[in-house]
Amino acid sequence: MSGRFPVHVQLFGKHREIVGSSVVELELEAGGTVADLRGLLAAHPVLGGWLGGCAIAVNRRYERDESVVAVGDEVAIIPPVAGG
Amino acid sequence: MSSVGERHGEATPVGVVVAEVTESELDGAELLRRLGDSSDGAVIVFEGRVRDHNGGRVVVRLHYDAYAGMAADVLQEISREALARTGASAIGVQHRIGSLEPPSVSLVVAVSAAHRRPAYEASAYVIEELKRRLPLWKREEYADGTSEWLGGHTPEAGARGDAMVMRGTE
Repeated sequence: MSGRFPVHVQLFGKHREIVGSSVVELELEAGGTVADLRGLLAAHPVLGGWLGGCAIAVNRRYERDESVVAVGDEVAIIPPVAGG
Repeated sequence: MSSVGERHGEATPVGVVVAEVTESELDGAELLRRLGDSSDGAVIVFEGRVRDHNGGRVVVRLHYDAYAGMAADVLQEISREALARTGASAIGVQHRIGSLEPPSVSLVVAVSAAHRRPAYEASAYVIEELKRRLPLWKREEYADGTSEWLGGHTPEAGARGDAMVMRGTE
């Protein structure tokens, strides 16, 4: 398989505030990984400077950089968490 | 009644009774009732409350935002780990979201166990772990009209406790 597919990345906390939206739309190459996704996010004009300490969740699990993102996966950027 | 020689974890396991993120007001006593009746010798209710100060600034309101679907899963998983690690018999945990004024209750953890040690340990485990990996954020609003998202912990990939759950009793 080749080509690109759309990824809807959910935003929370400060990210949602600075972007003014709860989601950003990206296009990932088939076979793309969490690291590739981070690369695309780093190039985002607003989010790019605010990714320090962030985790990536895929299908509601925190995933490592080498994990592959597939069509239809639920993807979110998780800023440093502060519960309690 | 448990005998002196009984080991921790021999109480009838009830499990995770409640693990949720909610916009509703929280009540520790009510959550404890939901754990049900048992012959456990120890119950603990922890209530975390919104402070009216932080770092020398007066806090008038705290706004909580959560990745609700994932947060419920993470609370469930942390609670299962706590039971597996400590032998406590039942846990309920609720985290409130939305705008809260001091001294509103933002977090309740109720634990029932045969003895005090697993009860204390399970309660502390749930709180410490949720601070590390619950996808939830807070923005403090100050008396001078400014506000700030608070920094926190970076959850680790794979930190949803798979290994510990596998070692558990499920």
